[in-house]
Amino acid sequence: MSNTRFLTDAQLPFCKGCGHALVAQNTEKALQKLNINPLDVVLVTDIGCHGIVDKSFLTHTVHGLHGRSSALAAGITAGLNNPGKKVIVFTGDGGATIGMQHLIGGAHLGFDMTIVVHNNMLYGMTGGQPSEFTPYGFKTPTLPEGSTKPGYDICELMVAAGASYVERVIGIGDYSDSLTKAFTASGFSLVEVMEICPSYGVKSNPGMKLSKLVEDAGWNVKVYADGKGKSFKTPINSEPKSLISKKFEVQPKYSSNIQKPISIMLSGSAGEGVQSAAEFLAKAAIVSGLNSTKKGSYPVTVGVGFSASEVIVSPNQILYTGSPVPDVLIITSTDGLGYARAAAGRMKEGVIYIDDTLDAPETGARVVKVPFRERVGAKNSAMYAVFYAVHHEKFYPIEALKDVFLSNKIAEKVNIESLLQF
Amino acid sequence: MHESKKNLAFIDGSRLIAEALVRAGADTFVGYPITPANLLYLYASKRFPTMLAAPDEITALQWMSGFAVAGHVPVTATSYPGYALMVESIGMAAMMELPMVIVLVQRLGPATGTATCGAQGDLNVVFGTVSGGYSIPTFSISNYHDCWELSAKAVHTAIELRTPVVLLTSKEMVMTLQSFDWSNLPEIQTKKVKHYKGEEAYLPYKADETLVPDFLPVSQNKHQVRITASTHDTKGILQNVLPEAIENTKRLEQKLREHIDEYTTYELDEQQGAEALIITYDISSQATREAVVHLREKGKKVSLLVAKTLLPIPQVYVDIANRYSKVVVVEENLTGQLRYLLFGVAGRKGVSGVNGIAKMISPTEIVEEVMRNE
Ligand code: SF4
Ligand SMILES: [Mg+2]
Repeated sequence: MSNTRFLTDAQLPFCKGCGHALVAQNTEKALQKLNINPLDVVLVTDIGCHGIVDKSFLTHTVHGLHGRSSALAAGITAGLNNPGKKVIVFTGDGGATIGMQHLIGGAHLGFDMTIVVHNNMLYGMTGGQPSEFTPYGFKTPTLPEGSTKPGYDICELMVAAGASYVERVIGIGDYSDSLTKAFTASGFSLVEVMEICPSYGVKSNPGMKLSKLVEDAGWNVKVYADGKGKSFKTPINSEPKSLISKKFEVQPKYSSNIQKPISIMLSGSAGEGVQSAAEFLAKAAIVSGLNSTKKGSYPVTVGVGFSASEVIVSPNQILYTGSPVPDVLIITSTDGLGYARAAAGRMKEGVIYIDDTLDAPETGARVVKVPFRERVGAKNSAMYAVFYAVHHEKFYPIEALKDVFLSNKIAEKVNIESLLQF
Repeated sequence: MHESKKNLAFIDGSRLIAEALVRAGADTFVGYPITPANLLYLYASKRFPTMLAAPDEITALQWMSGFAVAGHVPVTATSYPGYALMVESIGMAAMMELPMVIVLVQRLGPATGTATCGAQGDLNVVFGTVSGGYSIPTFSISNYHDCWELSAKAVHTAIELRTPVVLLTSKEMVMTLQSFDWSNLPEIQTKKVKHYKGEEAYLPYKADETLVPDFLPVSQNKHQVRITASTHDTKGILQNVLPEAIENTKRLEQKLREHIDEYTTYELDEQQGAEALIITYDISSQATREAVVHLREKGKKVSLLVAKTLLPIPQVYVDIANRYSKVVVVEENLTGQLRYLLFGVAGRKGVSGVNGIAKMISPTEIVEEVMRNE
């Protein structure tokens, strides 16, 4: 055991008799037993009386928000990714209440750190309100009739969440060995230190003994988990590949005669290849020396209902990517018709290619009915419809679309000849 | 044919943003899934040296802050519902002076609104993020070049000024695929956080004339580091109303104002003799650029200001606007959020807006507003 100081000589900033002072002193002693450099220790404190202890510690100190200390500390320990460092969190029962998700999450993932819960069963800093840790019958200044429900058993919760080391101690006297065990455990450890706040807890519950109270609450004072759990390893991708590789480049090979931007809407059903067909349509435009944009619309449940896509092909740079009124509308299914009906209604000219089983929507556009589904089946109807429209509308040479299609693995499954029935 | 276009790619903006963030010096991505920011999450998982999946957005911001305390430069991407959960923690990171970037992909609100519909509805939310009216430097992306350059600028600003930075964009920019010539994208310089090199005890919040304190991560064990979100002195110790601590708090805003010219970026296309100015930003910028082309073709003289640094509002925007008798502010929201920030409740004679929700503002609407009463 070293005699390295982890605390300054200044008096600890708590009310007389407050158990928080003992937590600080036991922490120092536990760290001395580890022979660790104070600057290899990071103390993260929460909001509450205990949180003003920072200035007394000679370690690194980080003081954040109410309840978030264990999430902040998780980021620190993951960022350090160094088992030689000790990350310790001081929190109260209030902080553990508001930040329960972070405790469960931290235990679940096994972040290398120790949480010391200063459980005095009420919110001390704000005047003694009950927390979720307040046990049955315990009185506080704002709850003079006593709590009507049991408090959380944080130790049981942490074991269930997968914590490596868990222990509950009565916060009286020397419990530094328990803290040393927690500090040396691999992964996530938690020590719940039972206290009574002299200013609010004792006054509201005169004559009550801490150990009796803990026993009556059904909380065991014992080791719940032995410290052999797994610790979180921060994933490091040592050879990340650039996102902007050559494979996204499309080389112009053909040319197009279109003089102005054309906006094409493809509307069909999920699972029927609408998005890939639209992407091919847009890519083939680039192969033909044009610019293009493609955006998808679909319900949040991507596997069901309509699936639509808007494509713009243009000889010029495309700035505005919206296309409120399509020039060409392709509808391949009932879902697609439902989605595209409004757009069809806005069309005063242009053309609509629609599966011949569907009724034509109200529109000012010319309507062409084609048996898309019958000829190639539902699954390939969108792709076929795109081939059909490119052939008839001549946005660019059909060869461009064939090239894009054949360079994709879909060509192994779908015979291109079936898409060339015009 | 695209004779001059050598490197025409067919990509979405998310790809450029994620790549640029890493090249500029960001090394950690903490994500929580939300539409329409999911492509950023996906690309980050392939590209960032470290990528972590957080269980919620409060945790995401806390983990990021922890990573920053340990010396990393973290990033997340979210949309309003996630941003709302992050707000308290962003204030914490600003107070602690931690570098990080939050990419805020706007979608239609209020509340959960429509996840798959774009919007420009969150500028005023970002404006009000920090209690006390302190600024979060905020950039907004107007096109694919900005996806690249402003993403890098966001990381650099976060590092240089030790502050969270918001990168504002919208569904359309990060999800739509577009042909894009990326042969002219500039090199991005990788920046690192400047560390304290002195021998004397380190004072985490003592700044020199740059007003930005040197940083030290808690990974080193030469100097004690104290970091706190509460009002604090230069040592990083909680102090209530000590003048030194109050001065430190004021410095948080002063450092952002002091350096504003270094991170003010905008596009100004002024036409000689024009009396009308269109101001826009974010996803309405491309439609506005197109409208300007149409207007000039019609013989209407008009100037264009695309604001890219949004917060703190650079004074130069107001100065430019004051040179014009007619000002039209174009933004995809109902109330005119940038217009409000520039001209206030009282407004200004000759100032109007083109606004709307649930669909992109079209060039036609902008042309009509500029030509109104002509
Ligand atoms: S109020 Fe209670 S918990 Fe807070 S310092 Fe005083 S005795 Fe301790
Ligand atoms: Mg308490």
